[in-house]
Amino acid sequence: MSKRYVSIWFRHLLADWQAIRRPELKDVPYVFAAPDHGRMIITAVSPLAEQSGIETGMRAADAKAICPGLEVIDDKPDRAKKLLRGIGEWCIRYSPTVAVDDFSNDGLFMEVSGCPHLWGGEREYLKEIVSRLKSKGYTVRLGMADTVGAAWAIARFGRVTPLIHAGEHAEALLPLPPEALRLEQGTLAKLQKLGFYQIKSFIGMPRSVLRRRFGEGFLLRLGQALGTENEIIEPIQVATAFQERLPCLEPIKTRRGIEIAIKRLLKKLCLRLQQEGKGLRSGVLTGYRIDGKIVRIEIGTNSASHSVSHLYKLFELKIEQIRPALGIELFVLDAPKTDDVDAAQEAIWSDKLGMNDKSLIQMLDRVAGKVGPNVIRRYVPDTHYWPERSFKKSLTITELPVSGWRNNKPRPTELLSRPDPIEVMAIIPDHPPKFFVYKNTRHNIVKADGPERIEREWWLDAGEHRDYYQVEDEQGRRYWLFRSGHYSDAGRYQWFLHGFFA
Amino acid sequence: MDSKKALIDKLQKDILLWQGYKAQPAGKADTIGLGQIESAFPNGVFPKRAIHEFITFVPEQSAASDGFIAGLLSQLMKEGAACVWVSTSRKLFPSSLSAFNVPTERIIFMDVAKEKDVLWIMEEALKCEGLAAVVAEINDLSLTESRRLQLAVENSGVTGFILRKDAGKKASSIVTARWKITPLPSENEDNLPGIGFPRWRVELLKVRNGSPGWWTLEWEADHFKEVVTEKVSTRIFGQEQRQIG
Repeated sequence: MSKRYVSIWFRHLLADWQAIRRPELKDVPYVFAAPDHGRMIITAVSPLAEQSGIETGMRAADAKAICPGLEVIDDKPDRAKKLLRGIGEWCIRYSPTVAVDDFSNDGLFMEVSGCPHLWGGEREYLKEIVSRLKSKGYTVRLGMADTVGAAWAIARFGRVTPLIHAGEHAEALLPLPPEALRLEQGTLAKLQKLGFYQIKSFIGMPRSVLRRRFGEGFLLRLGQALGTENEIIEPIQVATAFQERLPCLEPIKTRRGIEIAIKRLLKKLCLRLQQEGKGLRSGVLTGYRIDGKIVRIEIGTNSASHSVSHLYKLFELKIEQIRPALGIELFVLDAPKTDDVDAAQEAIWSDKLGMNDKSLIQMLDRVAGKVGPNVIRRYVPDTHYWPERSFKKSLTITELPVSGWRNNKPRPTELLSRPDPIEVMAIIPDHPPKFFVYKNTRHNIVKADGPERIEREWWLDAGEHRDYYQVEDEQGRRYWLFRSGHYSDAGRYQWFLHGFFA
Repeated sequence: MDSKKALIDKLQKDILLWQGYKAQPAGKADTIGLGQIESAFPNGVFPKRAIHEFITFVPEQSAASDGFIAGLLSQLMKEGAACVWVSTSRKLFPSSLSAFNVPTERIIFMDVAKEKDVLWIMEEALKCEGLAAVVAEINDLSLTESRRLQLAVENSGVTGFILRKDAGKKASSIVTARWKITPLPSENEDNLPGIGFPRWRVELLKVRNGSPGWWTLEWEADHFKEVVTEKVSTRIFGQEQRQIG
């Protein structure tokens, strides 16, 4: 199947944009100007200003002399490009592949193979785009042809019809001027000098002659327009492998409607995922509103899933975040991240308890969706003696500990994240203290075990070692105390309470 | 005399049956390892389909409660199921649980910022049949919330533990059992120096259709062991006496 391209040319992109923002400019001629070598050079012209003979590239001062009521607006670099990107995103409703025209920065390209029949044919398709953009306030000219180059040429220089049927683009190019080929200024001047005013006057010449006179770039552009050279356009949004679209006849604005849309999209997507043995890891639902805004919600799962009911529950938690305003006319469901699902394993483990349990994974997904994925933690032992480092966060939900948990040394069930300094009274050095004062309460120590010296890991951080004692007071309350540093270093040691034993 | 006792026992069982408490099938009635304490529960079986509340006032008590819960978890998680531990300010030291025979890597910790989220997660987790137990550290629990949790538990059969770190506020909840665990001085055999096995005074303040009471319990390496002392006859409930020896 041959490819079809549409080129959209915004005749007054910046001027139209400004007129939409400031309707009071309707009857005033205005231009955009940017500083260049100390002068203000006009970069964009409004239709009214164009009528009085102002062109881009003129000096703003000259233009003001020609047209006294002229308003000059400061232009910013890249403003046109950003604007085109925004409009391009809106145009994704017409075709998934939309690209910004990098050559002239005043238009868009769309690859529309297989799209127009949804709007009832190519002519209706073009009409729809023009009228929709016009209702927003942009005057555009379209061109539709088999190649990007031909579409570009027809949109800007075509005089007969914007719609060039399949296979007729070479013929349609013949009467057009050489500017239609997207050539550089130098080449154009040469062609002008030689008297080539139309493409048909040089298209029949041998390639070697054209290459010698005009260079390789000229032949590339000619080939791109005729379809002998391949041209790749860079889409604004790369379409994901797993994507489902749901255009709506009537704009959807109720919660119930959105729920039905999500269910339908999920059903289609999950069927495809299941057939390919894949499961969704992250999903994005995009809603295109009729006022041109885009609303988006995202979900993620802990393990690949293609279960409609489970994924729907995850989306259900986020439906409230969608603001439909006047209504949503197109829903797109993407699965940017997918993983393989082992179907055999799923069957064997389905009724076995453990970390692979399906209901557990689904519950975790819901928690991650509502509260956030970073609240869920699992710990595996780490090979450190330092208490705060004796465990580490597990990366996945099924990671198994490499080393075993040590339980040969007593450890408190509750550990303070910051050890609390305490006052102690110890009679004999390196013996457990006689009593200690913690939060204004005096605890007389009756029984004690220790010391257990834990050295600081000098390759990780600097500081004193700790001598830990497990102590029990006369009421039976058990504590984990430590002395930081050696006893002998007068004044340099400090006692801390670090935890509570069961 | 005997026939009278038998009659009363039968009547009590009938009442339980009418209230919806079915006797456990013979083979399934596995014990939780609490020994004598289990007889305080209806039908003499630790209720797994239930919410247990632990009230604590000081960190020493919550550390003891952590240990007691860990001892119960070691039995509940024996089959390989996971456990969820939800909290807003968790102090539990993961490396200590292995002393209570708990496979710590199968505990999923969720540390959230708001108590509201703790409740939501607890309810979601209690509905999840693939779990063995859910532990939640909550301070405030209203009647409605506790009822919701109870409903979730009855459907799934997951055991729920609520650890109230600040029990100063009296909450009216419909939990099945309310516990209070207080550390007691440990004892070593033959008066050896040092600290022995962790010993607690386990108080069952409230138990639905059962009889409250208190016991002295020890965690001995891998199981609970009831400590019978001479003063055991002076079972005065609620008395904050010092229990040494």
